[in-house]
Amino acid sequence: MADLTTDFLGIKSPNPFWLASAPPTDKEYNVRRAFEAGWGGVVWKTLGEAGPPVVNVNGPRYGVIYGADRRVLGINNIELITDRDLYTNLEEIKRVKADYPDRAVIVSLMVPCEEQAWKDILPLVEDTGADGIELNFGCPHGMSERGMGAAVGQVPEYIEMVTRWCKKYYSRPVIVKLTPNITDVRQPAAAAKRGGADAVSLINTINSITSVNLDTMSPEPSIDGKGTHGGYCGPAVKPIAMSMVSEISRFEETKGLPISGIGGVTTWRDAAEYITLGCGNVQVCTAAMTYGFKIVQEMISGLSQWMDEKGHTSIADFMGAAVPNTTDWQYLNLNYIAKAVINQDDCISCGRCYAACEDTSHQAIAMSEDRTFSVIDAECVACNLCVDVCPVEDCITMVALAPGTTDPRTGKVVQKEYANWTTHPNNPAATAAE
Amino acid sequence: MNTPFTPGIAAERLANADLQENFADLHAPLDRHEAAVAADRCYFCHDAPCITACPTDIDIPLFIRQIATGTPDAAAKTIFDMNILGGMCARVCPTEDLCEQACVRELAEGKPVEIGRLQRFATDIVMAKGVMPFTRAAPTGKKIAVVGAGPAGLSCAHRLAMLGNDVTVYDAQPKAGGLNEYGIAAYKTTDDFAAREVDWLVSIGGIEIKTGMALGAELKIDDLVGCFAAVFLSVGLGGVNALSVDGDTKAGVVDAVSFIRDLRQASDLAALPVGRNVVVIGGGMTAVDAAVQSKLLGAQQVTIAYRRGRDGMSASRYEQDLAASFGVNLMFNVQPKAIHGNGSVAEIELEYTSVENGKLTGTGETIRIAADQVFRAIGQTLTSDGALMLDGRKIAVTGAGRTSRDLVWAGGDCASGGDDLTVTAVAEGRDAAIDIHNTLNGGT
Repeated sequence: MADLTTDFLGIKSPNPFWLASAPPTDKEYNVRRAFEAGWGGVVWKTLGEAGPPVVNVNGPRYGVIYGADRRVLGINNIELITDRDLYTNLEEIKRVKADYPDRAVIVSLMVPCEEQAWKDILPLVEDTGADGIELNFGCPHGMSERGMGAAVGQVPEYIEMVTRWCKKYYSRPVIVKLTPNITDVRQPAAAAKRGGADAVSLINTINSITSVNLDTMSPEPSIDGKGTHGGYCGPAVKPIAMSMVSEISRFEETKGLPISGIGGVTTWRDAAEYITLGCGNVQVCTAAMTYGFKIVQEMISGLSQWMDEKGHTSIADFMGAAVPNTTDWQYLNLNYIAKAVINQDDCISCGRCYAACEDTSHQAIAMSEDRTFSVIDAECVACNLCVDVCPVEDCITMVALAPGTTDPRTGKVVQKEYANWTTHPNNPAATAAE
Repeated sequence: MNTPFTPGIAAERLANADLQENFADLHAPLDRHEAAVAADRCYFCHDAPCITACPTDIDIPLFIRQIATGTPDAAAKTIFDMNILGGMCARVCPTEDLCEQACVRELAEGKPVEIGRLQRFATDIVMAKGVMPFTRAAPTGKKIAVVGAGPAGLSCAHRLAMLGNDVTVYDAQPKAGGLNEYGIAAYKTTDDFAAREVDWLVSIGGIEIKTGMALGAELKIDDLVGCFAAVFLSVGLGGVNALSVDGDTKAGVVDAVSFIRDLRQASDLAALPVGRNVVVIGGGMTAVDAAVQSKLLGAQQVTIAYRRGRDGMSASRYEQDLAASFGVNLMFNVQPKAIHGNGSVAEIELEYTSVENGKLTGTGETIRIAADQVFRAIGQTLTSDGALMLDGRKIAVTGAGRTSRDLVWAGGDCASGGDDLTVTAVAEGRDAAIDIHNTLNGGT
């Protein structure tokens, strides 16, 4: 059986599944239960300064986006950092870490952008014996209005400065958690690296309003008739997060910087995908909030089965494996030509491919009197929309034209050589192919 | 060639092609897409009611999620962890009374997650690969006898072998499998599934099966206790309750279990004789299996005659409806009064019943219906060698199958406690194995 043991920044955990800093990791009771359920590590819910803790709203903290059958696709939240006393949290962290030496315990932190504030809290965290810290530069609601969270994460200079303080006053690994509420995630990641960060974790939640109550005209979640944007998370945000992860994995300045992947990890497959894009582990919240801590059992068994099937003996075997295949549009092979093929034996004649293609694409599917749907190769640009909307898996597939055959759409012979936009004759900035 | 209208008991009532179709898989297996859709309906309930309802405590939400995420092998492992006969149970469990009845979607929509079919989907995949997902622990050097190679015995043997013990399994019949092999309707376990499952199960190693060895004949408990470190009895219920009415010795009055056994072992279904008018006395699964299969063999009229009301039947409503869907008549509140006929049965006389002061009594009113063949399906009895204390008509057990005698355990239908279900037998065999292992090896 595959070995799921993960070494992230020298922090060992029995599997790559950590619970993200969030409501599930707010206290000892939860974290112990999570470890008993099999989670490899936790990032303890963000601690703030000593003194009176923050207060939370006393109405709904979460909004939701459903799929059919009330499947939770995305949740947003307006909960702040821990609203429990700093010292209570620190004592609990110390106890839990002592009892679970084989699990990763990371402490998430958010204090004001002043050196003294960090200098004060870091020795207290160091004393807990926790394996590292994660700097919460991401929360997009509430705390950002007070100059913390995403307000720091949106200013690379602040990220670099605070990271540097943390490296100065704390001896263990420092992970910088990035906000997606920026235009180019590479800049804050590079700033974190310049500041000495051992790793970045991303994404934190996305600014969002999940819905508007059309009777009260209030955004949800609504507190006494008013709403505010919350932080969006769950399966819906995974594509956004994976793109950001891939950007950091590919960027010259941040290449090789360890990444903890966060955003919609719900199954073993999600985790595997993040790892192939360069993550050393993943963090999970919404799946646990939706299904409970037990959900990790499927992640463990599934990843293990897949690794066995593929012959991977460790996480490192496939970490970053998809990074070399992630590129810019301009480098995609324009000589690769495919056509949709409909398997008539599998077709159930729903006509969704036809509607999609006829109304919104290239009129490349023909429909007969008896509801037989067939691809018109002379029109098909291989856009894949028919595949995407077909309810039957593998009924429609994209088949590449062999080099030497003629594309009936263009009348041109398919070339076997790779050629991209940078050398294309239509590109005014093209450089001649050597 | 005969037809359903041919009088008396006759073979070849239906053409071979019809018989093949009639005895094909009752529920076709789910394909991958169907399984994905079915799995998607599971809510992954906390402390799920379906698990509580499963006698073997399979982690149903977990295995369904493993199917949903495209890892049916992991799903099968989850099933087999608790129930090594998960393949057969997926086919024969009365899920409508167990996990699927408890499913919260049954409560919400009257349409539970199809747990049984999903279980079959996952277990079929692993068994088709011939993969045994378990290995044996270090040898303990202990040898244990299991008497009876039915679900309880096989489950016990597998767990004992897995824990590092060597097991000899004895069975009175020529083939292992017990009721899985001899006692379940053919259309629930097609393509020799029971035999294939036994082969797969013993592939873990350390299990030797010796057939044609019956307790009370070739085997004595005293001898076994002398030769083995422990003994597990899972002999089932070998005897059949008698009808005890006038005429019950006439030709054509037979045990339903014999009919089912002959049918399961038949290489040519057309050669099996069946009555034109068949009456099955009883209200359990054996009665339903005998009645439905009579119909499928080509009997013209088949009636289940049960002495109490519908609710009293131990066959589930689902099974009753299944029988009705094949054209079996269900008669309630009737008990056999006499069997008429000149040498062979020709008619059965039934007396209506009512319950008075909690006691079932005949009303005196009778009805006669045509019958060329009468099946007794009114329960089975233990045939024991008398060395153990009984609880009622079964071997008395406490805890995980401990009998009145040291180093002798019992489970399955022959032991007291639990329903007489395949899945219950599997659970009892498994738990006894763990208790035997811990007792012999000083574990907890």
